Parts: sequence; C-alpha cells; structure tokens
Amino acid sequence: MNLLLSLLATTLTFATPITLGAMSGLACERAGVVNIAIEGMMLSAAFAGFWAAVTTGNLYIAIVAAIVVGVLMSALHAALAITCKVDQIISSTVINILGFGLTSYLYGQWYARNAPDTPGTLPSVPLPGTSVTIRVLALVAIAIVLALHFVLKNTAWGLRVRAVGEHPRAADTVGINVRRVRYSAVLVGGALAGLGGAHFVPGYVPSFSPGMTAGYGFIALAAMIFGKWRPLGAWAAALFFGFTLALQITLQTYNVPIDTRLIGALPYLATLIVLAGFVGRSTPPAADGVPY
Amino acid sequence: MTGQATTAGDGPARQLWPLARRAGQAALVPALAIFTALILGAILIWLTTGSLATALAAYGGLWEGALGSPRALAGTLVRSTPYIFTGLAVALAFKCGLFNIGAEGQLALGAVCAAWVGYRFQMPGLLHVPLTILAGIAGGFLWGMVPGILKARTGAHEVITTIMMNYLALQIVQILLSGPLKDPRSVASQTPALAPTSWLPMLIPSLQLHSGVLLAVLVAIAVWWFLGRTIWGFELRTVGVNPAAARYAGMSVARNVVGAMALSGALAGLAGVVEVAGVALDVTTVTPTGNRYFGLGFSSGYGFDSIAVALLGRGNPFGVIGAALLFGGLRAGATRMQFNTQVPGEIISVIQALILLLIAADVIVRRLYRLRAATADEAQPALTSGWGEKVA
Repeated sequence: MNLLLSLLATTLTFATPITLGAMSGLACERAGVVNIAIEGMMLSAAFAGFWAAVTTGNLYIAIVAAIVVGVLMSALHAALAITCKVDQIISSTVINILGFGLTSYLYGQWYARNAPDTPGTLPSVPLPGTSVTIRVLALVAIAIVLALHFVLKNTAWGLRVRAVGEHPRAADTVGINVRRVRYSAVLVGGALAGLGGAHFVPGYVPSFSPGMTAGYGFIALAAMIFGKWRPLGAWAAALFFGFTLALQITLQTYNVPIDTRLIGALPYLATLIVLAGFVGRSTPPAADGVPY
Repeated sequence: MTGQATTAGDGPARQLWPLARRAGQAALVPALAIFTALILGAILIWLTTGSLATALAAYGGLWEGALGSPRALAGTLVRSTPYIFTGLAVALAFKCGLFNIGAEGQLALGAVCAAWVGYRFQMPGLLHVPLTILAGIAGGFLWGMVPGILKARTGAHEVITTIMMNYLALQIVQILLSGPLKDPRSVASQTPALAPTSWLPMLIPSLQLHSGVLLAVLVAIAVWWFLGRTIWGFELRTVGVNPAAARYAGMSVARNVVGAMALSGALAGLAGVVEVAGVALDVTTVTPTGNRYFGLGFSSGYGFDSIAVALLGRGNPFGVIGAALLFGGLRAGATRMQFNTQVPGEIISVIQALILLLIAADVIVRRLYRLRAATADEAQPALTSGWGEKVA
C-alpha cells in the first residue's frame, strides 16, 4: 500500500513539468501557433529560478523570475512567428538552441567554479492520513489544468483563442484581432512553461545543471498530442507519461531485473502510435502553424 | 585600356559575372547574419565578464583553435564533416517540403549499424570500409523512412514523428550499448573497438584528418546532381513546391515523401559513419592512432544543429558545405577559447542560435543594414503549412 502511494506521489512529481509544459504548448497551439519550444522555455525559466533564488534568497521571487523569463522567451517566439512570420518550427528551434546555449553559458560563466545551492526547495504538503507528501507545484499544475479547461471552453478569450486557431480569417471577419489574441495565448503559454521550469529549480532540486530539463519539454509536446490538444486529455497523457517515469525509478530502486529503458521508450512509442492513427486520430487545430 | 577591359568581358567571363553576382547576393544576408551574431556574442561576453579584452581574447582563441595551425584546420575539417552530412540531410528534405528534425536519431542509428559491421566482421579493408559505410547508410535510411511512411500513409506530421523517433533512437542505442553490443571487457557502455580494416583511410595521419571530408564533398556534389539534374530530383522538388500540381502531373506524392525522408535519413546516417569509423576517441601516447568505437556520450548535437546549417546554406548543397565549415570551425575553436580565456564554450550555441534567428527573420538584417526588401524569389519559402494536412 505504501509502495503504491509513493509510486503515486512520484508519478505526480514527474508529471508536473510534463503537465505544465503540455498546457503551455496547448495554449499556443489552440491559437494556431506551433510551439515545440517548450523545452527551451522551461530550461531558461529553470535557470532564472535558480539565479533569482541564489541572488535574493527568496523562493517565491524565484518562481516569479522563472515565469517572467518564460514569458520573455515566448515573447521572442511570438515576435518571430506572428510579427515576422518566420516559420514557427524554425523560431521554436531558435528558442531551444538559444535557451540551452544561454543558460549553459551563463551558468558556466557565473557559477561553474563555485556553484551555490538555492535556500531549499519548494515545500510539499502531506497527503492526509498517509506518510506521503505532494509537491505544491503539483497541486498548482492540477488547478491550472482545470482552469485552462474552463477558460478555453467558457470564456470569451477562450472562444477567441479557439477561433483564431481554427479559422483566423473568419475570426478576423467578425472583428477579432487575430494577432493580439495569438500574442496573448503565446505569452500565457510562456508563463506556463515558466512555471514548469520553476518546478525544476527551485521546485525540485536546489541546483541548476546545464540541459537539466533533459527532454521533458518534448515529452510535454508528446503529451499534448497524445491528449489531442485538450487540457484534460493532455493531463491524462502527462500522468501516464509521469507514471512510466516513476515506474522506471521504482523498479530500479527495487532491483527488478527488467531493462527499465524499455519503459522509458513508452511515451514516445505511444505518441507515434496515436499519431499513426491506430488508436483514434489526434487532429490538431486547423490553422496550427499557419501565419496570419 | 578601358576598351580592352570591355572586350575582355566577352567570352566566358561575361557569362560568369551574373552568376557570381547572384551568388554574392545570395550570400549577402547570411554573411551579414553571421557578422551580426558574432558581434552580439562578443557583447554578451563583454557584459557577463565586464571586460572587453576577455571578449576579444575569446574570439582570438576561437580563431586560433579553428584556423590557427594545420592541426586546428584539420580539426575544423573533421568537425565540419558530420555537419555537411546532416546539413545535406535537412536540405534534401526541405526540397521535398519536409522538415526532418530527426537527423540526430538517424545519425545515432547509422553510427550503431556502422560500428556493428566494423567490429563484428574481419575482412580486407577494400571490402570492410565500403560495407561499414553502407551499414551506416542503411541504418539512417530505414530510420528516416519510418516518418516518411507515417506521413504518406496517415498524414502524421514529420516534425512530431521525427522528434519522437529521436528519443526512441536514444533509448534503443542505450539498450544496445549496455546489452547486446556492449564490449564485455569494458566497464563503459560502448561497443568493442572497430577492426582497423573498417577505419576510414587517413588523409594526413599525423593530424588525424580522415577521408570522410572528401566523401562529404563528393556526396554534396551527388546531392546537387540528383536534385538538379535527374528526373527523381525534379519530381522530389515538384512535390515540395506544390504537391497538388505534382499529383496532377501524375507524380506519386507518397512515394516522393517516403523517398525523400529515407534519403535524408541515409545522409544523416553517413554523419554517424564518419564519427564512428573516422574519429579516434582515445588517442594516447600508447595508442597514437587511437581506437574507434561507439559509446554513450558520443551524441553529438550534430543532428540538432543541422537545421541551422541547412538554412544558413540556403538549402543549396554547396551552401551547406560553407555553413558546415563555419559550424565545424566554431566547434573546433570553442575548446581552445575555453582553455585560453575560461569563457564557456557554450557561447557558440548562442552564436549559432542567433545566426539561425537572423537568417530566418531576414527582415531584421535587411532593416539593420538598410538593404532592400527580399524579392519574391529570394524570400524564404514557407517550409511548413500546419500540422495536420494530409499529403497523399
């Protein structure tokens, strides 16, 4: 029972950056802007979280810094993709390379020789009646999923986002400012990726290491697709992917003689299978990736 | 004198001049983008170290490490070689309207296959080298073909499938290197050493310059010939420009998409071959020639950077060679730079990202240097048109 509960808690921890990253991608792509830059945004935000925590000593300022940097990176993506009409995959690639290069460079320049730790990590809350604890950001991520689901479905902004993502010309005709709505959605996406970065530092570990997001941004992308560009679906996918990661760790801890890398390949395989249309089709927003 | 100069302009020189001018114009924006990115990189070093002298010394180290000596030059050529292959891979897929982000995975699979043939078999070099190369080509070809088939059959976007397949390749390689292909005598996750008969012949052994660079140039010429001078190349480009027109003209869009992805993968696989069979990983005084094997930590980023190489080279095979030399030089110089000035080598990733940014958003460069706006045939073609559209 305890094993099961701790597996659940580990799943939630691993699923958090995947969930937040998937919501980031989703906010952008439902508005018609492709976002494969989640990785670069999260990595930059994680470094910002580390830098702010080390500099100010305050973990909550660090979260704000992470979000701000996530928004800044997404603003660059928006400027390139929406204003300059640069191919959105290329502008995403720019963000990813820039995020990796800039954070690795700054870390090497400022901290590599004498890397300090942040003053602790974000707190966890105990699950009532058990010895298991859940990280605060994991709970925040769940709230964000529900909020995004509601906002996309029930608010004017959500309707506009979906409209410019499916048929920008029609939206334009009824007086929606397509560019402004797309900008706002991409910036929201950046903030979510920023929060995802904050889950790494100072949320989970007290130190930064170059490239520490280690592909989570791309697993998040997979979760978004697996969940068919819908918040609840993407969340379920993120939980499933988080579970495969948690299972790997748990099996390793208990020395189960299975090559756990086979489990590690599951998220990518599952996404390929869904994309190939073997298990229901995953259809993106109609105008996703098309500049307007 | 002036009269003579005009008459001298007749003949071949007269035909060459417009060609040279067009090449010059095509290279203008990339050249300015590189220049601007280098300036911005220097400013970044200046701001973060607080010393302009450090920034200048860092660039001095970069230059010294890339071009400063015969050994440095050889290092640049060796590091440019895989960039030529992966850049060609991305460029070839571009021509068919496809965005191959999977070069890294295709490279890894090519490397594994080449390494296996290299260490598993004993045969004379005349046979072993070509077989090793072919194995790498086959590995990349098959791994690249899968996203092509998925795209042609189901419309699954190649960007997403190739990203997923990069990570799958990573997992597969890790499983192979720690299990079936692991060198039992080594603690590290790596294959046994390749038989020397499978090594790429050395051009200049004392400088560790292998013949892969010649192979890369030959392959670039072959790709140029294939795309521009053969009926298959013509079909592939037609599908890239306008799939509907291609279909109407009786070309099979599906076959071209699968073929382009597979060929693209094969090119990326060649990058794996030259890294495994050309580059010695453990040169010591005991083994001055070094051993060649495939191990974890090998991966490289050559595949991830390839998008920038292809775009910087404007999708032209010879442009790709130029872009690859630049990226290889930056990579070769970074080590010396870090050694000389303690400026982290990752600054070259920043410079590469800035180059890519300025090439993609050439509006910025044109405004900055007050060039006229891009004409219709200079403008970057839209490479992707959304995630969802079905091709075949």
